[in-house]
Amino acid sequence: MAATATTIDVTHLSKSFGAVEAVSDLSFVVEPGSVTGFLGPNGAGKTTTLRMLLGLVNPTSGTATFGGVGYRDLPSPLTTVGTALEASSFHPGRTARNHLGIYTTATGIDRGRIDRVLTQVGMDAYADRRVGGYSLGMRQRLGLAFALLGDPRVLVLDEPINGLDPEGIRWIRGFLRQLADEGRTVLVSSHLLSEVQQSVDRAIIITRGRLVYDGTLSGLEFTARVAVDAPDRAALHHALLAAGARVDVTEGGLIVKELDSTAIGAIAHRAGVALSLLAEQQEGLESAFLELTSAEPESQPGAHSGGAHAAPAPSVSTGRSGS
Amino acid sequence: MSIVRATRAELAKVFTVRLWWILALVMLLYVGALSGILAGVFGGLDLSEAQGAPPIDLSQLYLVVYSTASAIGYVFPVLLGALAATSEFRHQTLTPTFLANPRRAQVLVAKAISMALIGALFGVVALVGSVGAGAIVLSAVGKDAGLGDSDTWVLVGRVVLAMALWAVIGVALGTLVPNQVAALVIVLAFTQFVEPILRSVSAIWEWTARVGQFLPGSASDALVGWSVFTSLGATTTEVIALEWWQGGLVLFGIAAVVGIVGYFAIWKRDVT
Repeated sequence: MAATATTIDVTHLSKSFGAVEAVSDLSFVVEPGSVTGFLGPNGAGKTTTLRMLLGLVNPTSGTATFGGVGYRDLPSPLTTVGTALEASSFHPGRTARNHLGIYTTATGIDRGRIDRVLTQVGMDAYADRRVGGYSLGMRQRLGLAFALLGDPRVLVLDEPINGLDPEGIRWIRGFLRQLADEGRTVLVSSHLLSEVQQSVDRAIIITRGRLVYDGTLSGLEFTARVAVDAPDRAALHHALLAAGARVDVTEGGLIVKELDSTAIGAIAHRAGVALSLLAEQQEGLESAFLELTSAEPESQPGAHSGGAHAAPAPSVSTGRSGS
Repeated sequence: MSIVRATRAELAKVFTVRLWWILALVMLLYVGALSGILAGVFGGLDLSEAQGAPPIDLSQLYLVVYSTASAIGYVFPVLLGALAATSEFRHQTLTPTFLANPRRAQVLVAKAISMALIGALFGVVALVGSVGAGAIVLSAVGKDAGLGDSDTWVLVGRVVLAMALWAVIGVALGTLVPNQVAALVIVLAFTQFVEPILRSVSAIWEWTARVGQFLPGSASDALVGWSVFTSLGATTTEVIALEWWQGGLVLFGIAAVVGIVGYFAIWKRDVT
């Protein structure tokens, strides 16, 4: 019942649906006072992981707890952990106020919280309208209001940005920041890195149920790609390979991974190669994300298509990405 | 007490959407119309008694008329109960429900209690229809409306109990068959088609009648004590029916068995 913020501890968590292993041996810790992004393409196992954390899905093995206590064993779950899962868990014939009222009744939370949280998420004007007429963005906000109902110290939000308009996205970024600044533990899932990269301090990235990255976003950016070229391209290529860089050759130049432009410039300088191009690719973070989450193992290096959106498609196009 | 809170939350779920009063209104009109017609037809029959008296005991006709509240109206609390359970799956409200109260067995028990209370309310509404319309028509054709008969008030109490049990059966069924369309088809097909046929057929032989008395509709009529089916149906053979309390136990048993199977087979499953 302690009012202090608590951690989210996931330890060797696995879940199989029949022969399909949705989550396998996943371990991470989410600390209070920061916004942690839980990222991965669609079908990576994010929602399954969150549902195991919340006691809705039974793990095949491993544990997911809040400071060591499983969700089902929390003495007062809604005042400990606030949750917004997919934006459709509402009866369309019920108003927002009545929807929230059911859960204040069920938990004994003060009914006065209903107006507070509806105002907090900007839904007070629509409180007495039936949910069936809501837009996706309004449902997201109502889902968030449900999460905030018990004034919890831990927030677990599944794709909360999905469906929000640009103004709503700006609003939720500030909102997540504020919640973390209040010392709360905030875990936000998304399949789009670009959606959350401005609001998260830390990223946990999974793909096909496995952890592929756990750390700061700037650490992730280190794997960004740099386009580089020289009149003597062969000499540059040779110098980069000699320095241990991973290099892809494209028609428009060379694509170097896991080195920043300063390091590449230094390599070229030492090799005495004059550069004609040295540019960090703008979608570096997104590309690094794609790289990490691409379903194909890194058997053959190839430039990924430079699209801005993470696609779950396992196919990876090679070459042709001019700089 | 968290079971009290859970039950109040389940009651709030029903009363915050329109379905309950739409069903109650339709039931009121349906039961009222049928009991009025029944009172008029059989109340009027008596006038031609001289030509050939029907072999029916009409001295307590009003009880038969009033019993339509459950004999005809029972499908409405079943529907409401089944819809209350299946809409949790259909609209994925099981997620916030189990987030607020992770004790799933307690949630299911609370749902059953809340639907029993609402089923009882439906019983009262149905009685308003059957006793209201029936008494008016019986008085109009010069028959005793029986409002001073203690049997009438025994019947009223048992109708309320039967309707409460029917609503719980609906919840149990909706738990076992979470697909809303499938649950509705089962309720309507069984109550309106399968069971009436089974009851008619089972009345033909004595040994089938002994089995047939355990059909839920038969048990319900036994619990209430009077029914159009038992009183005006097979008049030539001896009516084989359970004691009223046995009828109540059969209904409760059906709800308990279906509900427990539904709990282990469906309710405890992963909510994805």
